[in-house]
This record gives sequence, C-alpha cells and structure tokens, in this order.
Amino acid sequence: MSVGGSVGGNALMDTVVIESLEPLIAALQSAGYAVVGPTVKDAAVRMAEISSVEDLPAGVGDVQRPGNYRLAERGDEMLFDFAASPDSAKRFTQPPRQRLFRMRGQTIEEVREKAPRVALLGVRACDLAAIAVQDRVFLGRHPDPTYRRRREALFLIAVNCAVPGGTCFCVSMGTGPKATTGFDLALTELASPHRFTVESGSERGAQIVAAIPHRPADQGDLTAAEEVSRIAATRMGRHVDTEGIQQWLPAAHDSPRWTDVASRCLSCTNCTMVCPTCFCSTVEDITDLTGEVTERSERWDSCFSLDFTELSGQPPVRSSALARYRQWLTHKFATWYDQFGTSGCVGCGRCITWCPTGIDVTEELSAIRDGTGETSCIR
Amino acid sequence: MGTRESGSRPRMAVWKFASCDGCQLTLLDCEDELLSLAAEVEIAYFLEASSAVGPGPYDLSLVEGSITTPEDAERIRHVRRVSKRLVTIGACATAGGIQALRDFADVKEFASVVYARPEYIATLDKSTPISANVPVDFELRGCPIDKRQLLEVITAFLACRRPVVPSHSVCVECKLRGNICVLVAHGTPCLGPVTQAGCGALCPAFNRGCYGCFGPADTTNSRALNTKLRVLGMSDPELVRVYRTFNATEEQFMRASEEDQGPEEDRA
Repeated sequence: MSVGGSVGGNALMDTVVIESLEPLIAALQSAGYAVVGPTVKDAAVRMAEISSVEDLPAGVGDVQRPGNYRLAERGDEMLFDFAASPDSAKRFTQPPRQRLFRMRGQTIEEVREKAPRVALLGVRACDLAAIAVQDRVFLGRHPDPTYRRRREALFLIAVNCAVPGGTCFCVSMGTGPKATTGFDLALTELASPHRFTVESGSERGAQIVAAIPHRPADQGDLTAAEEVSRIAATRMGRHVDTEGIQQWLPAAHDSPRWTDVASRCLSCTNCTMVCPTCFCSTVEDITDLTGEVTERSERWDSCFSLDFTELSGQPPVRSSALARYRQWLTHKFATWYDQFGTSGCVGCGRCITWCPTGIDVTEELSAIRDGTGETSCIR
Repeated sequence: MGTRESGSRPRMAVWKFASCDGCQLTLLDCEDELLSLAAEVEIAYFLEASSAVGPGPYDLSLVEGSITTPEDAERIRHVRRVSKRLVTIGACATAGGIQALRDFADVKEFASVVYARPEYIATLDKSTPISANVPVDFELRGCPIDKRQLLEVITAFLACRRPVVPSHSVCVECKLRGNICVLVAHGTPCLGPVTQAGCGALCPAFNRGCYGCFGPADTTNSRALNTKLRVLGMSDPELVRVYRTFNATEEQFMRASEEDQGPEEDRA
C-alpha cells in the first residue's frame, strides 16, 4: 500500500545522524505539520501536540503488566525509552467520532471532515504494522476517501523501540521491534553522546532531513543502532506461537477455556478501543429540535458491546460474553487472514495492559491451543 | 407523540416525586437550547419553573423521583393517565434512587431515629422506580441526568424516532474522550466497566473513578470487577458501599453488592 509517497524499506539516502530533535521538529512545523509526540499526562505517556523537545518525556520509562501500567522515572536523557503508549495512531487515522453527512430537509449536505497535517513522532514498528493493517481495511476493496485524506496528511516518524514492555510480543507477530517499512523517517535513539540515526523512507522524509543539520552515520553509529533493535528483540515480555493458528484457533470453537476467560471478561470494550487495528464503528443518526436538520455520524464501537450485534426485533447475535470474546480473539488472530490476508494482531500488547482484569491474549491462546491437543509436544 | 399539526406544539409536563430536583434543574440548565425547546414544545406543567399550570392531557411527561408514599403511588397513576408518553428522568425515577437504601433496612426504625414524632410519617417500606408502578415509555439514567441526553430524548420523541442513548459501559466514553484508564494506570477503583455510559465519562476525565451514577450497563460482570477492586485494596464492606448508592436496587448492582455472589449471567 503506497500512501503519501512512502516507498517502503529502501532508504532514499544513506543513514545520517542528528544531534538534536529540535531542528527536525521546527522543520516539520515549517512544513505545516502539527507535531504530535509522546508527553507525560495523567501519569501515562500520551500522544499530544508538542512545540519543542522540552515537551518529550526525558528519562521516563514505563512498567506494563496485564491490567497494570505505571510510569517509572529513570532520570537519564533518553526521550523514547518506554513501550507502547495507550494512544496508537488509530486516533489519527480513524478518529473516535466523525460526521458523515447532514440533511437539511430533503437536501443532503456533504460534511468534509478535516484531514489535519500531523507529524506523528515516536511511532513504533508495531504501530506502523497496525497502520498497514488499517490501510488494507480502509483502502482495500472499498476505499474510504476520508481515511485516504487523513492518511496522506499523516507524516510518520518512527523511533525504533529500545525498551519493549512486559506485554509486548511484536517479535512473535513479525512486526518489530525494528521499523522496516511504512515510515517517512525512522530514528534510532543512541546514548553517550545522545544522538539519533535517521533513515528516510519517503521523498518527503528525505526533504525534511535535507533541510536540517546532519552528518553521515559512521560505522559506530550504525552498529550501535543495530544493537538497540537486536537487544530489544530479546526483551519481549510475551510470546505467541502462531504456527497453524488459522487452523487450530477456529477449530477450538468448543474449548472450555472460553468459559474460563468469559468469567474474567468485563465486556467493557477496553481491549478493542486501545487496539491499533480494531476498526469497528457504528453510525448514529440525530435530529435537531426542529426536525429540519438530520446528521449521521460514525463513532468507534466494539464487538464487546451488546448493541453491536443487535438485529431489528431480535436478541443480539452474540448475547454472551463467551461468544463475544471468542469472536474477537478468533477474528483477530485467525479469520482476519481470510478477510485481509494478514493477522489482525501486531503484538503491541495494549489489549493486555489495558484490560482492567488483566486478560492476557497470549496466555489465552496458549491455553486454547493446549486444550485442543495442538501442542508442540512430539509424543 | 403528536406532530405539530395546525401550528399547535406538543404539550410537555414535568413531575416530581421523591427526589432532590437535580434532574428537573438539568432541564432548566439547558440555557442555550431552552428557547428553541420552548418553540417546539409547550411546557405546560413544570412547577419547578412556573406556578402557571396548563391542564392535561400532556403529550410527553418527564417524571423525576421515586415512589415512597401511598399518595405518590396514587399520583403516578394519575400522571400516567394524563400522559401520552411517559419518560423517567434520573436514578430515582428509574431505579429508586439513593432513598432505596431503605429497602435494605427497616424504614420504621429509620423513622424512629430521625423524627421526634414518627407516627406522623406515612411512608412505604420500599422506594420503587416508576416502572414498578406504571408502564414507562423510556428511562433516562443518571444522578443527575445528562443535559445532552435529555435534549436527545425530547428531540427523539418529537421526531418519533429511537433516542440515541447507548447502553454500553463508561469505558467506551473514556476512550472516545481520550481519558486515561484510572483503574489500570493509577490503581483507582472505578465502576466504569459495569456502569452505563451517558455522563461523558466525567469523573475519569478528572482522574476520579466512576461512581456508577448511571446504573448498570447492558452487560456486566461485576464479579470480575470485584476481584480487581479487591486487589486494589477494597474490603468487602467497601464493595457493598460502592454499589449501594443511587442505583442500589438495580438487579446487577444489588447482586454485585451481595457477599455471596453466584456466577453472573449475561442478559440474553
């Protein structure tokens, strides 16, 4: 999928080194982008508009466990040594609410929702993979022009993940930790001295780099950057055995594990809301008091809400938490392949961290696989 | 609901039973929309706003408060008779309100402690929601109700359509609004996962846990939530207290507050 002039993994120019992010942020702002990056708010790393390097979370790390997220102060100079933020790029590619059209009497008025020029700084490899998944959904067989405009207005600056979290498993899903495609720029943060290697992945990325102070990367820089990703890959908090998952997961329809997980599932929708690939939405029609103006809008919805499978005059199709959880997990890890040609999971671990009761998809998958006899045991 | 034929507006009435008036005030709080609302409906009976009383019948009655006295049990039947459509507004009218805490105790004992002459008090043993007394066309949740939802319900009845009042959890609203999850990130006890949306996730937006003002969501698993709340340090008596507030007698919250909980069934 080529959006916004991305050219995939081939660097358009050799890797360079920048000493500070300040000129990069300024160049992006001059190019008309609102720069959105990690900030600390409400005791979490949140993606928000930044004006300078000062806004970035220097020395802040995080500890992520099932159902638990805490910041940890390290006190060093590193700006990106934390795992997935609760905010993925989804908030920018598919906003939580958007108006679709308005009717005044019998006349339809198109509502052209804004596609703000946003430079997302600090995107991870798993998030890039998630955007690629969303591209297949929204730009595939039935292209969504509004999604396309937003997507093209998005400038993606990956920062390679150095400190994966306790709930991360991008290595299992083949999506990280090193960003290889789908970015405009990919940075690796290095210490002593503090600097970044920069790789361009698009024409517009290369243009931004050309406009800021940089020097060619030497062998020491390149080796150090490779080490960051190599070590990160060994620090995955979680693991999933995906071999044969398209077969054994749907086949486990009657696994007793579904009852077990349903007893812990709140049906609160948090997993789907934080998931960077969950794209389900609903439409809501409202009228004004006079009845003259009608508006249709779209908002995030979830397969965990009861309304989601409501049919006219019928009870919901998936009325039990068991049925809803089974549908979600099976779709995400198995039947997504049938629909879109890839897994729906990118291994970011958000659904594990942000599940209030700490349901761990990797643990559930492992238990389900074992319960269906599809173990790795050779006897 | 009548259409505005021959220039006449549908007539609306607002009634009060056992309540604090907060939900009626929400209607008066619709400052920017009040004039346009008055242009579309004739507010014929609303003692909180005006002592001028227009005669019934009414096209739409908004009912605040629960039924706690024999007189009110009779009066709500009158309200139903003179109303084409009856919508309850708020936790009292919809679930019995905070005053339904009497349901868990002996109301005569309360009266003997509170009043110098308890024999003057004629009150029912239980505080019941309107729907336990007369048929109700729509129940709007909240303590108090949300202004946007109130306008949406009135607008929907004017347009003869279903109100857009989702019954999913507060968690959805937190995520739409961009709130951090206070349960996960701060370890703050929160009833959001079992509470119906509608407030706009107001408390979590200010780093407070949800108090459950809007009552149970359409599908709840309070047993699983309670396990988490216990991990966060809540004792069993504290768990009982968090569920026994404004919607204490709602079935799911009642079960959630009871010590010896059986496995919870989903609504089918």
